[in-house]
This record gives sequence, C-alpha cells and structure tokens, in this order.
Amino acid sequence: MHEMSLAEGILQIVEDTARANAAAQVRVVLLEIGALSHVEVQALRFCFDAVTRGTVANGARLDVQATPGRAWCMPCGESVALARLGEACPLCGGYQLHVTQGEEMKVKEVEVA
Amino acid sequence: MCTTCGCGNGETKIEGDGHEHVHADGTVHRHTHADDGNHPHGLGHEHEHRHADGTVHDHSHEHDAAHEHGSEHDHFHHHGHVHEGGTPHHHEHDHVHVMPDDSVVRHAHAHDGATDLHYGQGPAHSHAPGLSQARMVQIEQDILSKNDRHARFNREFLAERGIFAVNLVSSPGSGKTTLLTETIQRLQPTTPVTVIEGDQQTTNDADRIRATGARALQINTGKGCHLDASMVERALERLQPDENSVLFIENVGNLVCPAAFDLGEAHKVVVLSVTEGEDKPLKYPDMFRAASLMLLNKVDLLPYISFDVARCIEYARRINPEIEVMQVSATKGEGMDLWLNWVRLHAVTARHARNQQVASLKRRVAELEAKLATRA
Repeated sequence: MHEMSLAEGILQIVEDTARANAAAQVRVVLLEIGALSHVEVQALRFCFDAVTRGTVANGARLDVQATPGRAWCMPCGESVALARLGEACPLCGGYQLHVTQGEEMKVKEVEVA
Repeated sequence: MCTTCGCGNGETKIEGDGHEHVHADGTVHRHTHADDGNHPHGLGHEHEHRHADGTVHDHSHEHDAAHEHGSEHDHFHHHGHVHEGGTPHHHEHDHVHVMPDDSVVRHAHAHDGATDLHYGQGPAHSHAPGLSQARMVQIEQDILSKNDRHARFNREFLAERGIFAVNLVSSPGSGKTTLLTETIQRLQPTTPVTVIEGDQQTTNDADRIRATGARALQINTGKGCHLDASMVERALERLQPDENSVLFIENVGNLVCPAAFDLGEAHKVVVLSVTEGEDKPLKYPDMFRAASLMLLNKVDLLPYISFDVARCIEYARRINPEIEVMQVSATKGEGMDLWLNWVRLHAVTARHARNQQVASLKRRVAELEAKLATRA
C-alpha cells in the first residue's frame, strides 16, 4: 500500500502548485506513470480520492498517461519494447536488457481554476 | 492521514521520539508516547476540513468518467483515461464547453493509441488560454521528489562522514536480523557498526542488535509498510553514527513497497532465503531490480528442500542483469566471508572518498589562506 504514500506525494505537489497559482480549486491532475514503475494505478486512484477529500483537490479528476516500457538489448544493440520486468527481448529472447523508459512516476500538469 | 500508509492517523514512531501527525488538510498535532508504546490510535479522532473560502465540511464523492466542474466550463468525458502497459487502443470522446456567455461549444476528439503516446492531445490537457478561467500548470515533478530530497540529504550526511550505508530488504522471515547480528559480530572488531531497524511494531529486533554491543535505533512504522527517507533522516540525527563506520538499515519485511523508496543508502541488498521459493525474483521484480546484491540465505538447508539455486539466480538476472549473488548461511557461517569482504570493500571505498574530499578541501583552504596572506 505504498500507493497511499504516492498519493500523499501527489497531493503535496498539487497543493503547492495551487498555492503558487492562487487557485481555489484543482480540477485535473495529469500523471505520467511508466509501465515498469512501482505503481498499481487502480490502487493509486483509490488512494488519491481518499487523500484529496477536503483539500483544494477535492473531486479533482486523475488522468494517467501510461508510458510504455522500453529497454536496450545489449546483444541485439537495439531498443526494444518491454511490457514488464522479467520479460525477454522480443528479438533474441535474451534478458540482457537495460530499462531505458517506463519507470516514470511524475505529476506532469495540474489544471487549476 | 498518515503519510506512510493512509491509516487514520500516522503511527510512525522512532525510539525516544515524540510523535507527529500531519493531516491531509495540513493541520499538525504532536504527542509523545508512554514508554511501552501502546496507545489507542485511529478511533475517536476527528478533525474537520476547512476550505479556502471558510466553509467547513466532510463529504465523499463518486469519481467516474463523467462529472461536472463548475459553471463557466463544464466538460464531460465518455471514458476513463487508463492506459495500462501501452496497450494499443482507439477511442473518442465528446467535449462540451459552456462559455461565459452561456453559449455551448461541443466538439469531439479521437485518439489513436497505436501511436503509443498522446501527450497533451486530450481535451483535458489542451484548453486554450482564454477559453475559461481554468488553466493548465506544467509541473513535471517526480511524485517521490520529497522523499528523494530527504534521501539526498541522508546521502550527503553519510558521505561527509565516510559512512557506508546498506538498505537490507526482504520478505519477513528471510533471516535478515540473524544475518545482521552475525555480520556485526564479525565486523565490529575492525569496523564500528550502527543499525536502524524498521518494523511495524516492537523493539525486538533493535534489542537483538544491541545485544551484540552495536548501537541500534528502532523505527516502528505502525501501519506503514516501508521506511522512507525522512524517517531515516530523523533516525540519523538521533543516532549520530560514527565516522568511517558501517550503517545497516533493516527495512520493514516486505518485498514490494521498500523498492520504491530511496533512503540515501549506497546499496540495497535483498535477502532471499532458500525456504521461500526460487521464483521470488520473478514474482517481486521491482525489489530485485532495485538491489545491487542478492544474498541467498539459509543455504545450509539446501539438502533438505527442493530449491534450484541456479534457476533462482537466472531469474534474478532476468530482472537485473547486473545483480551480484552470494550464497550464505548466517547460522552456519557458510559464505559469510565473501559477504563481509563485500561490506569491507565498500566501507573502505566510502572512507577513501571522504578522505579525498577532506584532503581536497584542505588544499583549497591552504590556497585561499596563501592568497589572503599576499593581500594582508
């Protein structure tokens, strides 16, 4: 349930942003969550709704951009798609993979009013 | 709301410390615990939420795809916005703007998910300025940035003192604490060791460590499932570990959550015991990816169980091609020398880096003093 910690982290960033923009309300929070990151999106949504209750982000919609995983395959010398950790290179079937994308956990944008 | 786990109240407790709760609305209250650490929590504690305009209320809301926002600018989306794992998909949605003059603008968007990403193309993300009072603020901030700030502070604190810090992670029952007490007994004659112990409850583990003569501090996370960097920062302030020492942070027994939280350590070391099953690296890949070293513990039991060591190592390297692996038995001593050498090597490196830094600062002070002398 570290999603609750993550939701708290999001709320903090969102509240700071609202304050800096003298906003009374936060309408949309846009996250970028990589497919290989430490986040279960459904759990995060649940936690986000719970922690934002009674805050400036009360009722805000949570949009999630899922960044697909990518890795560099050493033997192939190519960038390949990686749906989840532990999967083989789709080209050579090996596991000499270095993740290059998909670990993002970011607040990208906040829509304030 | 507890920042650790979302329980009704934060219950994180550092031995000898007061106790602070920060609620979702920013209110903070502090109290101390009785010595036994037992106290009722979570029930009978109420607090209200006060909004910027002074209204006070408590309410819940449904949160599905369609909802209204306010009089100037309503929009309705006919779908949720979850894209899991980059699955190709195609979808469209209508979009209604009610303008300040009450005119209604309706338009539809289509996205083709097969092109992977659609950053900023969605209607929710691209309201032109002037259409409404709402505005998008670009942030691009890591969700864990606050934790990472504390972790950076810890890392500097440790580097300045030449301390080598290891974050020990595993599932409960892998033998972390026994491994630690055996490690401390072998290291202590040459290297001072301090320990930060993370558990939900009890000071049992810290007591076991203290019995070896090493200094230890218990952090009880209450309902929390992992240590975070700010807890460790507070523990470091309290512990003040020796210069040029080794610090072990024994994380809460949990193969999931601690993977995401940088504590400022030099390395995460994952302990997996052979009684757990060789496919754990595949089941809990995040942790094996975050770790630099896997200690395969309890190898003295291998003759009595079916555990394929080679396959386990292969699985771990599927997740993390660079992970080092050592087979140890904390109770029988097998493989402990290899592990101790790993710790000593890194401890010497940390000490050396610190000495280099001190030497370079001294050179700089000497240069500046020389410069000052020519002007005096």
